Amino acid sequence: MGDIFSNLGLGFAVALTLQNIALCFLGCMVGTLVGVLPGVGPIATIAMLLPITFGLDPVGALIMLAGIYYGAQYGGSTTAILVNIPGEAASVVTTLDGHQMARQGRAGVALGIAAIGSFFAGTVATVIIAALGAPLTRLALVFGPAEYFSLMVMGLVFAVVLARGSILKAVTMILIGILGSTVGTDLETGQERMTFGFPFLSDGIDFAVLAMGLFGIAEIMRNLEHTETRDVVRAAIGRLLPSAEDFRQAAAPILRGTLIGGALGILPGNGAVLGPFASYTVEKKLAKDPRRFGRGAIEGVAGPESANNAGAQTSFIPLLTLGIPPNAVMALMVGAMTIHGIVPGPQVMTKNPNLFWGMIASMWIGNLMLLVINLPLIGLWVRLLKVPYRLMFPAILMFCCIGIYSINSATTDVMAIAVFGLVGYVFIKFGFEPAPLLLGFVLGKLMEENLRRALIISRGDMMTFVERPISAGLLIVAVLLLAVAVLPTIRKGRDEVFVE
Amino acid sequence: MKRRSILLAAAALGLAATGAHAQGTYPSRPITMIVPFAAGGPTDVVARIVGEHMSRTLGQQIVVENVAGAGGTTGITRAKQAAPDGYTIAMGHMGTHGAAPALYPNLRYDPAKDFEPIGLAAGTPILIVTRKDFPADNLKDFIEKLKNEGPKLNEAHAGVGSVSHTTCTLLASITNTKFTRVAYRGTGPALNDLVAGQVDFGCDQIVNLVPQIQAGTIKAMAIATPERSPSLPNVPTTKEAGLPEYQVSAWNAVFAPKGTPKEIVQKLSDALDKALDDENTRKRLLELGGVIPDKPERGGAALQKLVESEVARWTPVLKAAGVTAGQ
Repeated sequence: MGDIFSNLGLGFAVALTLQNIALCFLGCMVGTLVGVLPGVGPIATIAMLLPITFGLDPVGALIMLAGIYYGAQYGGSTTAILVNIPGEAASVVTTLDGHQMARQGRAGVALGIAAIGSFFAGTVATVIIAALGAPLTRLALVFGPAEYFSLMVMGLVFAVVLARGSILKAVTMILIGILGSTVGTDLETGQERMTFGFPFLSDGIDFAVLAMGLFGIAEIMRNLEHTETRDVVRAAIGRLLPSAEDFRQAAAPILRGTLIGGALGILPGNGAVLGPFASYTVEKKLAKDPRRFGRGAIEGVAGPESANNAGAQTSFIPLLTLGIPPNAVMALMVGAMTIHGIVPGPQVMTKNPNLFWGMIASMWIGNLMLLVINLPLIGLWVRLLKVPYRLMFPAILMFCCIGIYSINSATTDVMAIAVFGLVGYVFIKFGFEPAPLLLGFVLGKLMEENLRRALIISRGDMMTFVERPISAGLLIVAVLLLAVAVLPTIRKGRDEVFVE
Repeated sequence: MKRRSILLAAAALGLAATGAHAQGTYPSRPITMIVPFAAGGPTDVVARIVGEHMSRTLGQQIVVENVAGAGGTTGITRAKQAAPDGYTIAMGHMGTHGAAPALYPNLRYDPAKDFEPIGLAAGTPILIVTRKDFPADNLKDFIEKLKNEGPKLNEAHAGVGSVSHTTCTLLASITNTKFTRVAYRGTGPALNDLVAGQVDFGCDQIVNLVPQIQAGTIKAMAIATPERSPSLPNVPTTKEAGLPEYQVSAWNAVFAPKGTPKEIVQKLSDALDKALDDENTRKRLLELGGVIPDKPERGGAALQKLVESEVARWTPVLKAAGVTAGQ
């Protein structure tokens, strides 16, 4: 234990130099900004800013780049809450209740609880990384393809079990999402599937393109139709910061969300995306009145936002302790490290203690900064809602187009958000919710790839999923959840996860 | 060859001495270098390191633009279609300019005909690695195992057409073996499962393997270069270990669209040459385990030869293995 304190002491000594504080602040600011702008994600930003970091020392450079990453997580929820556009998979859930809160004039409270929850989660996750980083690495290693597949099955059952009203519509959307995830070049064989010979589909549909179309563009179209709903938002801004009652309601969800998100963030292959969904499901299941969810329940913002931020932080564990990036942003961090002459691997902790502990300490400092940056900004963000919609929607549209173009520099992506926007509008008109589709899309790809991988390794033996204890455990949970849903008495209490 | 390189060096020196006045106006604005892979990958890192020094020589920033997709062929196709004015160049590699014609039947460019070769930048050696408790400690035993129980062994690769995939296809072809191939989305997840022992072996670029090998989380069987790598002095070459035919490296090279004026190509080529002579740039490339081309291997003519020989080498191997992508 004494070790941790001396190590953290070293870390803070590194992170608290004037230069590194400034870089951390810069990273957090830039991150918040790109998080707020729809589409411009941390990946594009870090890639663009890499050359600027050449002149810096590696620790400072990485502190800044890490700041961009978790700053973007904070900023992303702002866009999700205010304009109902999820910048990435993790903030899809935030749109559900967060945007409803905004419509009820509680945008400030939603933003506030998201920032505070994220700060708490970030603090806890930082402590977890410092204290348990090395032992937790084992978790990333016991999760093979079979376990991963079972985890994804559980994730999908979450969505099915808790989908409201027309379960048929929710299942339909999940299936469409899974179908959409199979578009593109097949990983095992290299054959193109459902691309109709279009080269731009050969790498599949980009998540950001799909999400921005289904949520952002479709939302704009719907708003143009019902101008009166916008007036409601404009009329009542309400209080800016959460009240004591809000805190009382949000405390437990924040704690649970932190634990769920933190655990899933460690998993390889972007397990962190499940965090917010899992947290939302848990909160809804535990709530006395689940029907409030989807209509502006503060727990539905507090839990998932905490899970999101905890996962964002703990996903550094595999990178820092194993040298293996669990997702695309971390892969970029590997690139940043190698450019700076540090090849990440199992020895980073011992070979570059400055870097390792400095980054961990800077994460906590960064989270504190983000809280300080975000809370005063809430008033500003909320006032944005007062901007007349005729000025707001062209601006959102323009930012969406710029953002989406910045990801792959492809004009086809810009056209694709228009197409998905139209599709999303039709979905809304017929009462289909886009959120299950996005969950199916995200999980579908991971599920299919891991299913095939597991079966190739087991030589086609399906028993591999029940013979491996962790995989079996996850499947049992999935079956139990499904059974609960099927039992008619309990079914009465079933309500929707996914509500606009 | 030697004389040519001396001439090149003289030309480079001359340019450096006379500065920006000498060659008219090129470059008068930033140059875009298309990297056909995601930022952070080995090719991207090489492009950024080399590009940074080239920017200083040329007096204009080289901006890296990542256009990933379809095994790098999306970005290279875009580079081919760009205006041949020297303001768009591309970092191609062993896949996009060697294996792609065999892998992609609908490829919209010819690696040997549609580009002005500027020069080889740096290669990264390929290693054969196994999980740490694999029952073989040298390449000979490993290949023996591969021959006897190949289909029972699982090889992890980063997707059809990736460097790890094509180089292990070459291993199968040379050793005349068959093994079970497991695809991952990128080298990260593949390496994760190799470290975890979920799969048995793989072929991959040295960059991310070195720390794992040094930490003992995976075992290296051999390195597919003529000489040992300074980063891994204990790992024998394939030649030493008894498989001399297995020589392969993931080379990265700079290309301009066909029709780019000769003097611009020469200017870029000289800037690249200068970058590869720079002490600091060399050090950074070497730290990655990179192999920096010697003088005779540099420049456009040498690169043209390399592209032609690589296409000729990969086509039969990949065709025989029946691997295609993007059909």
